[in-house]
Amino acid sequence: MLDAASSKKPLVEVRDLKMHFPIYAGLLRRRVGEVKAVDGVSFDVFEGETLGLVGESGCGKSTCGRALLRLYEVTDGSITIDGVDIATLSNSELREKRPTMQMVFQDPQASLNPRMTVQAIIQEPLDEHTTLSTKEKQQKVYDLMDAVGLNRRFAGRYPHAFSGGQRQRIGIARALALNPKFIVCDEPIAALDVSIQAQVVNLLEDLQEQFGLTYLFISHDLSMVRHIATRVAVMYLGKIVELAPREALYSAPLHPYTEALLSAVPEPDPSIEAKVERIILQGDVPSPSNPPKGCNFCTRCPKVMPICRQAEPPTREVRPGHFTACHLHETTSQTTEKTAAQYEANERQHGE
Amino acid sequence: MTAAADTEHRDRFLGMKVTPLARRRLDNFRANRRGFISLWLFLILFVGSLFAEFIANDKPILVKYDGGYYMPIFTMYPETTFGGEFPTEADYNDPVLIKLVESKGWMIRPPIPWHHTSVNYQLGTPAPAKPGPRNWLGTDDQARDLLARLIYGFRISVLFGLILTVASTVIGVAAGAVQGYFGGWVDLGFQRFMEIWSGIPRLYVLIILASFVEPSFWWLLGILLLFHWMSLVSVVRAEFLRGRQQDYVRAARALGVSDAVIMFRHVLPNAMVAALTLLPFVLNSSITALTSLDFLGLGLPPGSASLGEILAQGKANLQAPWIGITSFCVLAALLSLLIFVGEAVRDAFDPRKTMV
Repeated sequence: MLDAASSKKPLVEVRDLKMHFPIYAGLLRRRVGEVKAVDGVSFDVFEGETLGLVGESGCGKSTCGRALLRLYEVTDGSITIDGVDIATLSNSELREKRPTMQMVFQDPQASLNPRMTVQAIIQEPLDEHTTLSTKEKQQKVYDLMDAVGLNRRFAGRYPHAFSGGQRQRIGIARALALNPKFIVCDEPIAALDVSIQAQVVNLLEDLQEQFGLTYLFISHDLSMVRHIATRVAVMYLGKIVELAPREALYSAPLHPYTEALLSAVPEPDPSIEAKVERIILQGDVPSPSNPPKGCNFCTRCPKVMPICRQAEPPTREVRPGHFTACHLHETTSQTTEKTAAQYEANERQHGE
Repeated sequence: MTAAADTEHRDRFLGMKVTPLARRRLDNFRANRRGFISLWLFLILFVGSLFAEFIANDKPILVKYDGGYYMPIFTMYPETTFGGEFPTEADYNDPVLIKLVESKGWMIRPPIPWHHTSVNYQLGTPAPAKPGPRNWLGTDDQARDLLARLIYGFRISVLFGLILTVASTVIGVAAGAVQGYFGGWVDLGFQRFMEIWSGIPRLYVLIILASFVEPSFWWLLGILLLFHWMSLVSVVRAEFLRGRQQDYVRAARALGVSDAVIMFRHVLPNAMVAALTLLPFVLNSSITALTSLDFLGLGLPPGSASLGEILAQGKANLQAPWIGITSFCVLAALLSLLIFVGEAVRDAFDPRKTMV
């Protein structure tokens, strides 16, 4: 899924990333199947941009983000960050590469060790990757605390003494400590109060400008993604169904799933809200251990066609920079039906 | 807010910095009066027993004889030093020698003038003798002072228990940590190994071993350790299984922190709470392990004082009930004290009580 429209250089290139978790069962712990949390995902993240990754819970957003930093051993595919394929690096090479890529976690309560002071938490990356003296580290920690808007006096305190927003600032300071280029923000605002969410998102934007950071911003909050992202990718059941520049995606979504997602965004104006027609999807997300045949979305799609149940839709660039994986947009609808008919004919022949 | 921050840093306990959490735990521990008092009682008894040589010893602490000062508790003096006839070591419980010394000076003796090995030759009645002014709790069947043997037996039981507990904690925590942290096949293999290992009857191993080596203190410690380390593994393993899923462990991994450092810095401190709660009970079982071996005669070499050996004597000499009763009381008191301390430790680490 190369983005020809952009002249910028991609910092992160993900090609056909697969992350399958095996399921073991029985007395002999035989492998009986696998959860296809991420099943063939490809995208680029350009330098200095924010790529929003949205989707409902369980669709593989977080797994994708973690696999990108190789917190999991990926099943298949390549992840090129800053020119190096990190999917195949050895542990020691990976360790050297760690400073360029960092992560901000969803739950600031859980991502900070309750037994370490703020000083120790922010200093840990420095301990691991630099040879600064104690005094230099102290200074660096203070600088980072200033950068994320934390009072220096709090350096000796423990995480439980902070509010959710402050804790997330500590997590951001830790991620920034090694001057990374690429930060995966794994739902950094989902666990925060709405009033605090804006503060943290603005902080992330400020830091992006200040340090030239590149973000992969994972969220299920579509309005927040609209605010921060340059481009947006929509995931459903382990696959990216649509990837487009922000405005294109929000104003003219191509994939029926994206349409349904966007129609679920609450509208603050009650007079408009009353008129909004919501697309209510029927049924539940299929199990990622047993995805449906054909298009993953065919079990719930309001515009499902026969071909959707047969063939997996390839990802196409329908408009410049606007990719989608849907049979509706293969060419014109006429030919789509034709190919569907052909396909069915083929299937029937095969069956005989 | 500022005042709170200042007191945080000023709060100290035994000279160490105390975090607010540790302070709450200390307070919780103290709030359990029974456990708190038990801890002090146990510490007094234990530290006292460490100085058993000054409390129960047949050798005087200081002797003044003929203008010179002697400290028989540290050095050996022949009887001739004090005007006796033989060049052998002086027996300070011998009435003749006492008379000789007191004619030309004095001696300061420990409150109990018997060592656990010293035999009372002036018993008058057949051993075991009843409690009396010379032997406060009577003697055992070899005319040795029972109180002295209890004090030394207490010391060796507690020391053995402590060393065994510390060693099995170190091994058990390490084994549990590795299993829990790495999980998968490491965990599975280790668990099956432990199931088989714990099926080995340790008593038979000891009986077989006793037939070709004389089981000394360290031998016994090593053999019991072979089986005792498993007591903490399951708890620590469970804590590590939970701990490795925490986001802060993931964060550390994203920083490139090595597994060993993550285990030590991030998971272990959080896993130790559960282990610490169990420790007094592990100590108790270590003490009873040695006692039961001594009771069966498979333990420490003959002649050494131990609670189990005294219990065995009590069973063999039912006509002398003071042996059985006193040794039972000492053992029961020791184990109860430790259980009470354990309950207080459990209270101290109870998350429901330490939460803000």
